[in-house]
Amino acid sequence: MELSKMTALEIGSKIKAKELGVVEVTKAALENIEKTDKAYRAFVTVCGEKALTQAEKIQKGIDDGTLTSPLAGVPMAVKDNMCTEGVLTTCASKILTGFKPTYSSTAVRKLEDAGAVILGKLNMDEFAMGSTTETSVHGVTVNPWGENRAPGGSSGGSAVAVAADEAYYTLGSDTGGSIRQPAAFCGVTGLKPTYGTVSRYGLIAYASSLDQIGPIGKNVEDIAEVLSVISGHDPKDSTSVKQDSIKITLDNNIKGKRIGLPKDYFGEGLNSEVKASVLAAAKKLEELGAIVEEFEMPELQYAIPAYYIIACAEASSNLSRFDGVKYGYASPEFKDLTDLYYKSRSEGFGMEVKRRIMIGAFVLSSGYYDAYYKKALQVKAIIKQSFDRAFEKYDCILSPTAPTTALKIGENLSDPLKMYLGDIYTVSVNLAGLPSMVVPCGFDSQGLPIGLQLTGKAFSENEIMNVGYAFQQSTDYHTKKPVLKTGKEA
Amino acid sequence: MKITDEMIDYIGILARLKLQDEEKETAKTELEKIINYMDTLNTLDTTGIEAMSHAFPVKNVFREDVIKPSVDREIITLNAPAKKDGCFKVPKTVE
Repeated sequence: MELSKMTALEIGSKIKAKELGVVEVTKAALENIEKTDKAYRAFVTVCGEKALTQAEKIQKGIDDGTLTSPLAGVPMAVKDNMCTEGVLTTCASKILTGFKPTYSSTAVRKLEDAGAVILGKLNMDEFAMGSTTETSVHGVTVNPWGENRAPGGSSGGSAVAVAADEAYYTLGSDTGGSIRQPAAFCGVTGLKPTYGTVSRYGLIAYASSLDQIGPIGKNVEDIAEVLSVISGHDPKDSTSVKQDSIKITLDNNIKGKRIGLPKDYFGEGLNSEVKASVLAAAKKLEELGAIVEEFEMPELQYAIPAYYIIACAEASSNLSRFDGVKYGYASPEFKDLTDLYYKSRSEGFGMEVKRRIMIGAFVLSSGYYDAYYKKALQVKAIIKQSFDRAFEKYDCILSPTAPTTALKIGENLSDPLKMYLGDIYTVSVNLAGLPSMVVPCGFDSQGLPIGLQLTGKAFSENEIMNVGYAFQQSTDYHTKKPVLKTGKEA
Repeated sequence: MKITDEMIDYIGILARLKLQDEEKETAKTELEKIINYMDTLNTLDTTGIEAMSHAFPVKNVFREDVIKPSVDREIITLNAPAKKDGCFKVPKTVE
C-alpha cells in the first residue's frame, strides 16, 4: 500500500515497529503535497524544513522511549486559525498579513508534545466565516471529489488535506458546522467535541461561546486517538472543562442503543439522494442492533437565525482587536488614530467578515439588543431544552450533515442568506454545546460524498464515536478515495 | 425592517468600518434581507424563558495570585506594524 493512503494509526504503528522512519515518512508527505496540492490548494503554508527538523527530533524521542503516543511521528496539518509559534497564521485574512504568533495554541502544543510532525497550515474561510472555503484571501481550495467543486467550509483545507491523502489527520474548528460540513463534502471523518473539551487557547476567536477545535481524519479510530491527545483541562482557557483527557473505548457493540431520527431534519429542502443515503445508514445501524426511531424537533427552524445573531454579535466584539496597531495589516496612510482603525479594518477585512461584524454591531446596538440578541439567547435556551428532552429518550441523534452534497465553486457566494441556510443541520449542535461527529455514508449520482451526522449529549463522545465506529466496521465508504490529479490540472 | 442610509452609517461607526458607496448599497440590501429573516424568531413565544449565554453553567474561574515572569516586551511587540522603545507606536492622540 502507498504510504499516503495509510491511516494515521497504521503509519504510527509502522514507525513504532521501526519499519518506517519519521524523516522518511515526513519527506514522503512533503513530496506528496508538492505533487498534489497544486490542484487542490489545501495548504496555505508548508513548513518543509521545520517539519524535517521536527521529524529528526521526534525519531530520537521514539528511539529513546520518551515519545510513546501511537501518533508519534505521524505528519499532520493545522487549520490556519490556530496559532503556531513562528509559523505564519493568517486566518485566511489580509488583516493578519505576515502574522507569526509568538506562542502555539494548546491543541497544537499538545500534539507536538505527543510527537506530531506539523506539515503546515490549511486554508479556510476568512476568520472561519463561511461554508465554502471561498472567502479566503489565499484563494479557493478545490474538492478532490468533483470537477470544480468547493470543499465546504470553513475547515475546507483541513478536510481536503485528508481526502487527498496529503496529511494523515488535521485539526479544524467548528463554530456552526465548520468541521462537520466539509468532512461530509469531502468523504472524511470529523468530530466537533463537546464545548470545553479542547482548549481554545490560541484559537483565533470567531464566536467564543460556540467555537471548538476538533480532529478530521480517515476513520473513527484515528480521530479518537487525536481527541485523547488534544482534550483535557487547560488553565489558559477558562471555559475549558475540568476533566482529564478523554480516552475513547471502541467496542463495536451498539446492540440496544437508542438512536433518534428528527423528522424535521428530513423534510423540505433536503436533497433526495442525501436523504436516501442517510436513511439507508439508519437501516444499517438497525441491522447492527440499534433501535432507530423517528421523533419531532420542530425548534430546528429557529436555529439558523438564533445562531447567526449570536455568532455575529460575538464576532463583532472579538474582531474589534484587529486595529492595525498590535499585529497584522496596518493601512499605510492615515490622518489620526481613528482613521488608522477605520482604514486598516476596511482594507484588511473581506466582505463576508465585514457583513458579519455589521450584523453583530446592529443586533447589539441600543434599541435592537432585546429584539435580536436577547431573543436569540432565549431561543438558544429553548433549543438546548429540546435536545435535553430528546436525550431522555435517545443515546444519539442521527441526521444529515447538510441539505446537499458539495456545491460548485462560486454557486453560493453571491447570496449570503442562501449560504447561511445550508447550515440548517449543524448550527443547533453548537448552540447546545454538544458533541457531534460526521462519518461518510454514501455517494450521490455524481460521485460526491455524503456524510451522516451523529450527535450526542454533552460529554458523550465515546457513545457517538462507538456508533460511528460500528458503522465503519460494516461499511467501506470511509475507505473510498477520489482519483487524484497531480500537477496543475485542476 | 428597512435598513436606511443613516442606519448603515451608524453601524459603520460602531464597527469602525468605512464602506465605499457601492459596498454600502449592497450591504443595505443584504443586511435587510438577513435581518428580516432573523425576524422569524418573533414567531416563537419566548415569554418567561431566561436568556442563556452558555450551554453549560459557567462560573468565574479563580486562581491563586502568584507572581510569575510575564512575556518579554520584545516578544509582545514582535508583530507590531510600528513600534518604538518597546512600545506600540500610534499616531498622536493628545494635542
